[in-house]
Amino acid sequence: MTDASTPETSPRGKPSSSLLRQDARTKKRNASEARFRTYGAVAIGIAILALVALLGSVLYNGSSAFRQTFIALDIYLDPAKLDKDGSGDLEKIAKVSTFGYAPLIKAAFEKEFEKPEIGVEGLKSKDAAKMISKEGPAELRRYVLANPDMIGETVRFDFLASGRIDGYFKGRVTMESAERDKNVSPQQLQLADQLKDAGLLRTKFNPGFLTRADASENRPEAAGLGVAILGSFYMVIVVLVLALPIGVATSIYLEEFAPKNWLTDVIEVNISNLAAVPSIVFGILGLAIFINFAGLPQSAPIVGGLVLTLMTLPTIIIATRASLKAVPPSIRDAALGVGASKMQSVFHHVLPLAAPGILTGTILGLAQALGETAPLLLIGMVAFVREFPAAPPEGLFDPAAALPVQVYNWTQRADPAFVERASGAIIVLLVFLLLMNAVAIILRRRFERRW
Amino acid sequence: MSFVKLTASALAIAAVSATAASARDQIQIAGSSTVLPYATIVAEAFGENFDFPTPVVEGGGSGAGRKKMCEGVGENTIDIANSSSRIKQSDIDLCATNGINEIMEVRIGYDGIVFASDINGPEFAFTPADWFSALAAKVVVDGKLVDNPNKTWADVNGDLADQEILAFIPGTKHGTREVFDKKVLEAGCKATGAYDIFEEANDGDAKKAKKACHALRTDGVSVDIDGDYTETLARLEANPQAVGVFGLSFYENNTDKLQVATMGSVVPSTESIATGEYPVSRPLFFYVKKAHLGVIPGLQEYIDFFVSDEIAGPDGPLAEYGLVSDPELAKTQEMVAAGTPMGPLN
Repeated sequence: MTDASTPETSPRGKPSSSLLRQDARTKKRNASEARFRTYGAVAIGIAILALVALLGSVLYNGSSAFRQTFIALDIYLDPAKLDKDGSGDLEKIAKVSTFGYAPLIKAAFEKEFEKPEIGVEGLKSKDAAKMISKEGPAELRRYVLANPDMIGETVRFDFLASGRIDGYFKGRVTMESAERDKNVSPQQLQLADQLKDAGLLRTKFNPGFLTRADASENRPEAAGLGVAILGSFYMVIVVLVLALPIGVATSIYLEEFAPKNWLTDVIEVNISNLAAVPSIVFGILGLAIFINFAGLPQSAPIVGGLVLTLMTLPTIIIATRASLKAVPPSIRDAALGVGASKMQSVFHHVLPLAAPGILTGTILGLAQALGETAPLLLIGMVAFVREFPAAPPEGLFDPAAALPVQVYNWTQRADPAFVERASGAIIVLLVFLLLMNAVAIILRRRFERRW
Repeated sequence: MSFVKLTASALAIAAVSATAASARDQIQIAGSSTVLPYATIVAEAFGENFDFPTPVVEGGGSGAGRKKMCEGVGENTIDIANSSSRIKQSDIDLCATNGINEIMEVRIGYDGIVFASDINGPEFAFTPADWFSALAAKVVVDGKLVDNPNKTWADVNGDLADQEILAFIPGTKHGTREVFDKKVLEAGCKATGAYDIFEEANDGDAKKAKKACHALRTDGVSVDIDGDYTETLARLEANPQAVGVFGLSFYENNTDKLQVATMGSVVPSTESIATGEYPVSRPLFFYVKKAHLGVIPGLQEYIDFFVSDEIAGPDGPLAEYGLVSDPELAKTQEMVAAGTPMGPLN
């Protein structure tokens, strides 16, 4: 410091430079500071640009996943097709498969074509029926099995439109691309426009994207995140229930009670090491221990939760120990001084003061677990699961998917409609992560104390 | 304290797992990512039309699926392995050491492999010989083997477009690559006469000659894609002058972006593949662990449903998605209904 600020002195002992006129060295130092600031600003700029590009592309591609095109049709539940002998016997009605319900939709289009304003030259009712999602017949069958006495009546259904028709109203499909597309024809798109004018076709908010189960590649429009959200929720619950008590107990013991010797040192080093282990390694461990050795079922949230617990434990332990350390020793000394036992001092005084930090660490650990995909690959959770898991605790053993896994699955599908759904799933995942991080920040702001 | 909690939770987990291990009511399937879309379509329809839960279908690759199936008998092993290539003797041996002696082999149909390029580019009409001359490490020029000198498709065959050669082919871990090697490169190798020269150089060893046929040039003209077809499509969109290798069903779902090339002047379609006219195709299978029939509820119904006419027939949803229906489906249905296990590999 001193040599930097020592001015050159003139023969009379007065400094040759003044505060008003910068000498060469000061200029150099100021310039280097200015350069450093620019580097910093550029670095932040690049980071923000990357974030904006990422979020922008996800939102641009994915926001349309929350809207879906529906076509309303009056379906005559034909007894000749659904209940051939007219007995009303539910078992016999259940014998009619979804393939037997498809002609009802075709018949409904034939009826629509009788209207003067609806109908495109060269479009048969069979091709028009293809504008309805393949989920349509399944929906009809579920309805009839639930209400067998409605057979013979005409009921209005709001069917999902097929992925290509939906894409037309979202700008993914155009008349030109339809010419070359085997799965949709320009006539179908013209009919879709007519149906829209007649008020039968509407693009509206689609709650099914959040509540429905995954669907096969034949019907991207029916695919939803329901099973994945539930599976992720179950896993987070398992992680919370296991990792929080184990992690906090470990940290309290290590921080407050354990003797300082080489064994605790080894444990401490290894906890830090564990935090740096790649997550896929935990997946291999989970496959070997929980599935092959303990015999837990494949694709189950309990196994995913246990694996993610192992992964999250070091994070929670490190955060908890840091917040226990931050409680000043005077609190402990005062408690011990008025006659509290060591355990009383910890549980009555230290732990409550450390709680905000512990919770923040836990929530950040959970958020990390929520977004984790790699370990789930190995325990069979990257699967096509359509059945909703039952309520816990049994449901923890049923197969389920998870949010990040669903994103991974959808990006691999051939139908372009799944691109939008994958981005939509990313939005849902990001919203959950943001919510969890916001809770962590609020907890820290409101309850944290500094000394 | 932590030790007590750890043991307590470990005990709890063990206790619950003991009860859970004996209660699997859904079918579990894993294997080929080529068969995966078909299997999910069937699983979905099965769940809708039967009182059994929808089967859980996993990808992971043909080899991995077969290995998983052969891990043993019991409810925490999978029931069915999807496979885009035939089971290997090593898999059967692994199965036998783990107590699985009876496996049913079900052929569900055929999958076509197509060559497609950007829809706005020139049209292509290939022969296997064109592909060999374009991609092989060594080709025959004037009766001699030389390093591949071809730069454009027009160099390979004067009838093709004057466009630089760039091919996205499946990586070696894919079952599709095996078919590409065998039905395109080897066929082209023989057609150009390179095979005879390779065989001569290897003292008549057919295996080594075939291996020489499969050797591709390494100057960046042929690019292995280890991901799935969505990756190939993305690369193709970035390089519109390239030609990519796709499954027929993937192409049929993206006909607005891709144009398909003919092979030996045959347009690939479900019909031309079923008749065998289009040369680049392969059968798709799934393998069923027979010991699980009657134990896992719905397993027999699922495999009957899979090969039924309304699913796997020429007008069923699988054919609509791009599967080439098996002309001998009736035979497969009989075999499945009778529960005949597969014999030794021939």
